[in-house]
Amino acid sequence: MSIIVDKISYIYEEGSSMERLALDNISCVIEQGEFIGVIGHTGSGKSTFIQHLNGLLKANKGHIYYNEQDIYAPDFKMQELRKHVGLVFQYPEHQLFESTIFKDVCFGPKNLGFSDKDTQIAAFNALRQVGLDESLYYQSPFDLSGGQKRRVAIAGVLAMKPDVIILDEPTAGLDPKGRDEILDCVKKLHDEMKITVILVSHSMEDVAKYVDRIMVINDGKLVFNNEPKAVFARHEELEKIGLAAPSVTYIMEDLYKAGFDVDRSAITIEEAKNSILNLLK
Amino acid sequence: MGIVKTKNLTFEYIRRDDEGNVEGVTKAVDDVSIDLKEGDFVAILGHNGSGKSTLAKHINALLLPTEGSVIVDGIDTLDTDQMLKVRQTAGMVFQNPDNQIIGTVVEEEVAFGPENMGVPTKEIWKRVEDSLKAVGMFAYRTASPNKLSGGQKQRIAIAGIVAMKPKCIILDEPTAMLDPKGRAEVLRVLHELNEKEGVTIILITHYMEEVIEADSVFVCDKGRIVMQGSPKEIFSHVEELKELRLDVPQVTELAYELKKAGIPIKDGILTNEELVRELKNVYYR
Repeated sequence: MSIIVDKISYIYEEGSSMERLALDNISCVIEQGEFIGVIGHTGSGKSTFIQHLNGLLKANKGHIYYNEQDIYAPDFKMQELRKHVGLVFQYPEHQLFESTIFKDVCFGPKNLGFSDKDTQIAAFNALRQVGLDESLYYQSPFDLSGGQKRRVAIAGVLAMKPDVIILDEPTAGLDPKGRDEILDCVKKLHDEMKITVILVSHSMEDVAKYVDRIMVINDGKLVFNNEPKAVFARHEELEKIGLAAPSVTYIMEDLYKAGFDVDRSAITIEEAKNSILNLLK
Repeated sequence: MGIVKTKNLTFEYIRRDDEGNVEGVTKAVDDVSIDLKEGDFVAILGHNGSGKSTLAKHINALLLPTEGSVIVDGIDTLDTDQMLKVRQTAGMVFQNPDNQIIGTVVEEEVAFGPENMGVPTKEIWKRVEDSLKAVGMFAYRTASPNKLSGGQKQRIAIAGIVAMKPKCIILDEPTAMLDPKGRAEVLRVLHELNEKEGVTIILITHYMEEVIEADSVFVCDKGRIVMQGSPKEIFSHVEELKELRLDVPQVTELAYELKKAGIPIKDGILTNEELVRELKNVYYR
């Protein structure tokens, strides 16, 4: 499985006075099993971009190839793509609607035409994967905590057995522990099931901790597409477009300026700690 | 007496089953007594469901106590005749700017509050101008709010509250949906309002970095206040905070980890400068 994005552009309200270029000639390749972070300020076009990856929006220009098939070809089945590329929207818990958690998670696979038995197996597996306690399966999703509801919503997408899961700010509004729980859960899915993960986030600290590669979108353009260290090393440019490096990178910068020969490319607490300990030994 | 004072404040939700029978009672706020000083920058921390938003909604009488009382600038919120007065004294800003902006032009949006209060037109114009300047959005006064970034929208929402000249503003996770720049903008505006205008700020947040410069911090758990003190005091308790599903700023965490690894650093490091100073002491000892 791979996704090739070839020079796509997207225009909102084309031909009207509100016309706006939301995506501007974006190209990239996403390989199976990658863990990618997408960052950009509000309104940069990152949500528009990810909605192209499962065909919710269609580019005005350019092509997207899923498994070497052109998804805009007339004989391409969009439903196939949506089965393989699952999208978890912002505040996905607002989309829960069924009377029990289990029924809610069954909704997706059922819609895709899974048999009853396959639907139920998929729902069980998905709920287990997100680490929700079995005693809760037949309760109302509305009695859960914010973090739990969000895990149910993610399970609803996982139950469709996607190869790629896209999460749009999955931790917004959660307490710190809730954030870690969601992201640890996603990391586990990635590591154990080799699912490709595309994480849209406003938390530079989270992106630094989890992803293998960062795509930075600004004004609809892909401005960086590289390993986290390489992207955050250019934090001055990131700041100009409303972003930043993780706080710990600035700590290392300050230590360096104060005469400590520390690793300025550290982007996680662990790396910073090791670098400082090495120096003090 | 402080601007906001609660005395044994308790708030109960009644849980009902499908038939409407009472299943039980949940105490969302449980015997909370706090006294907030006028002009302070107060932060409230707590995990999802800890009762902090329920507590905050009592401060501008969106909720009324089941037991105990809430006194806002000398007025008991249970005195429903004075509810408007309470809401003028204590304004509230919520998490999602899109849910609280109704105007089609920035100026109109900001004028909504004072207009509703019956402020004379001339005075409204002045307040709109002043509050937009206070949040650094005057240049956008004729723009449409839906063309603005998240941080800008949230600043417009704050301006709308400022235009009602409250003595106190309560913000319930105002930065949860914002990018780093938007978060920084909103925080800067809050500190300016606090320092220049003397507005009491009550900030509820899940971002520990936003708490560093507060005057005092309260930590909620199970409807109770379980910790209170200066940021330094609060963030000295790394393990307890983690048990409460919270965290500490990255610099505090790094200092804490270094200390655990045997480097003699004091507790409650809150800024990069402090950490640099501490490490210099260790290094050149």
